[in-house]
Amino acid sequence: MSVTPPQQKVWWNEPVPKSELIWVIVAFIWGLIMFFMMVYWHAYGEQNLSNESYRITAEDYSAKTEAMVEKYTVREESGYPVVHPPPGSDVYLIARLWQWWPILELEKGQTYRLHLSSLDWLHGFSLQPVNINVQVHPDYEMVITTTPDVAGEYGIVCNEYCGIGHHQMLGRLYVVDNGESK
Amino acid sequence: MATNEQYRICQSTGLRVYKSAENLIKANAVVAVVFLAIGGLFGLMVALTRWKAVHLLPADWFYLVLTAHGINVLIVWIIFFEMAVLYFASAVLLGCRLATPRWAWAGFVLMLIGAIMTNVAVLQGDSSVMFTSYVPLKAAPSFYLGIILFAVGALVGCFVFFGTLVLAKQERTYEGSVPLVTFGATVAAIIAVFTIASGAIILIPTFLWSFGYISHIDTLMYRTIWWGLGHSSQQINVAAHISIWYLISAVVLGAKPLSEKVSRGAFLLYILFLQLASAHHLLVDPGISSEWKVFNTSYAIYLAVLGSMIHGLTVPGQIEAAQRKKGFNNGLFEWLRKAPWGNPAFSGMFISLILFGFLGGISGVVMGVEQINLIIHNTIYVPGHFHATVVAGTTLAFMAVTYLLVPLIFQRELVLPGWAKVQPYVFGIGVAGISLFMMGAGTLGVPRRHWDISQADAILPYDFPGAANLMMGLNGLSALLAGVGGIMFVVVVVGSILFGKKIESSSEVAKTDPAAEVATKYGSEEHPSVPGTLVLVAVFFISFVLYYYVNWKYLAEIWPLR
Repeated sequence: MSVTPPQQKVWWNEPVPKSELIWVIVAFIWGLIMFFMMVYWHAYGEQNLSNESYRITAEDYSAKTEAMVEKYTVREESGYPVVHPPPGSDVYLIARLWQWWPILELEKGQTYRLHLSSLDWLHGFSLQPVNINVQVHPDYEMVITTTPDVAGEYGIVCNEYCGIGHHQMLGRLYVVDNGESK
Repeated sequence: MATNEQYRICQSTGLRVYKSAENLIKANAVVAVVFLAIGGLFGLMVALTRWKAVHLLPADWFYLVLTAHGINVLIVWIIFFEMAVLYFASAVLLGCRLATPRWAWAGFVLMLIGAIMTNVAVLQGDSSVMFTSYVPLKAAPSFYLGIILFAVGALVGCFVFFGTLVLAKQERTYEGSVPLVTFGATVAAIIAVFTIASGAIILIPTFLWSFGYISHIDTLMYRTIWWGLGHSSQQINVAAHISIWYLISAVVLGAKPLSEKVSRGAFLLYILFLQLASAHHLLVDPGISSEWKVFNTSYAIYLAVLGSMIHGLTVPGQIEAAQRKKGFNNGLFEWLRKAPWGNPAFSGMFISLILFGFLGGISGVVMGVEQINLIIHNTIYVPGHFHATVVAGTTLAFMAVTYLLVPLIFQRELVLPGWAKVQPYVFGIGVAGISLFMMGAGTLGVPRRHWDISQADAILPYDFPGAANLMMGLNGLSALLAGVGGIMFVVVVVGSILFGKKIESSSEVAKTDPAAEVATKYGSEEHPSVPGTLVLVAVFFISFVLYYYVNWKYLAEIWPLR
């Protein structure tokens, strides 16, 4: 039994039953398939998280974001600037206690370099309803090259606990058809 | 060496039980159950707050209670119980006295002080930093100190376990190799040592930082090392509860491993590869390369997953073999139909096996795929997954084995046997609901650790789909059911220990069937085939493959990104 020493003292020489052997082989091959699926998706899939990231201070990141906001703000909403940067450009989003700033307006089918960083604590970028979730650190700037492919209004939820205002930390992002503004 | 310590021979199992080990098993198990009751109650309050129609707690209390829930069940309950399991698997199963029982008591006291210290810090309200305590969220210094003391105590317990193994070998209390269950417990203890080392590396500096001795802790470094503690401690649970699956099937049915080599090999894979799982939490973090993520998240080509998939065959397989030997040979599944479903130790163990495999195992592998993690990270899918592994898997297995420990170690008969009989089903169904509905809500984007997804007072509110609220409501209902199951467990166990009829020299409980003792002879012609188990395993495999690729399909629908 499993609660007593093995019946055969030299248990490691006993042959393995066929049923177990087959399952070990099947499970091992499935592991290989799953492993190479990730590698395959890096080569042929369209959704891979960027490896591009930099160390940055909160001041520098804040300055870069504010420069973008100054240049491309098109209107205001609930006290937030709405920024419509040109397609292909670098787009900055600040995570801080407790807001995502500013509101971004992107064009459908265009590619942007979306920068994410936190000015204080850890936050979780969770774009809804498309459900893209990325961890946002202070002192690290991640750059994601992305192409919004469905127009509409998106919410940005914080899904990393960041203190008592965590559940109020919401942002917004618009995707509009080419050349238009909402 | 003094070997004149008192012991008794258990009438029902023939095991030699030393007083020192027995007392320590009792103390650790009792404290564990107390913390399970406390932590479980906190969990129920969390679920009722996230149920929109009830919304029980205010925000500050919600985050406090959620922190307390995580600490008490994920750390305190489970590790106290694991100490009891370690002492049982060494001293009792090897028929040996416990090495240095005074050290074991010292470890116990340290763990208790640590647990109380951290709980006090949390309940004082200035340490609502969650189980993970990510910097720069800062808790009171006593929060970290309590966890450190607790971990030191647990480390002492691990070394008492190792010492007992050495002692048993020296004093020749057994012949040949240690039993499979002891082997599995040894794996758990080895993983525990790695885990506690990671914890020390990150929590000691964080403790120093909490009162200003260190100025800055990098968030990415913290997450990387902390998860060497956080995830690996869950791997202790896996090794421990799989050992318990083997233990229960041996004690209740006289089952014996189909092949010692395969089962032990599978445990060995855990030691070698489970530690890489810290990566599961870092898949969408900046500053870490895809190569590192792919290698580590897959435990180097899924070799630890291979270990679990092997146990997924060998555990039901040995049960089938034992049952067939007893004559339950009709068709594919007579062995399973005629299993002792009214014995809570068996039913709890089998439900734990099924839920851990189908819900916890499959979801864990899928969300650990580097790219798929993008649509799952930090959503409530994550707690959905780990309630299937840690609650349905580990906690239910620990509950099941408690039904054996009460007569065996506490020498009491169970009170309320009717309650005990249905308890694993009530708890199991409740937890299955919790897991499934949280996973469902997670696929709709609902965040974890979030007081109010309706965000009534946010400046830029976002409306989650109605189905998300429905799922969270169903999660609340399931938590109520699991809560009922949890209360039943605590009532039966505490009632039995206090008021159960004393067992003097009875042999009524946990009787093994002598006919089953020779269930299998390794490699001989008598080895029964296990066709029913192969069908179960095939169903599992097909579900796994389908669910895996369905999630790749979901991933392919989001915005292209690189």
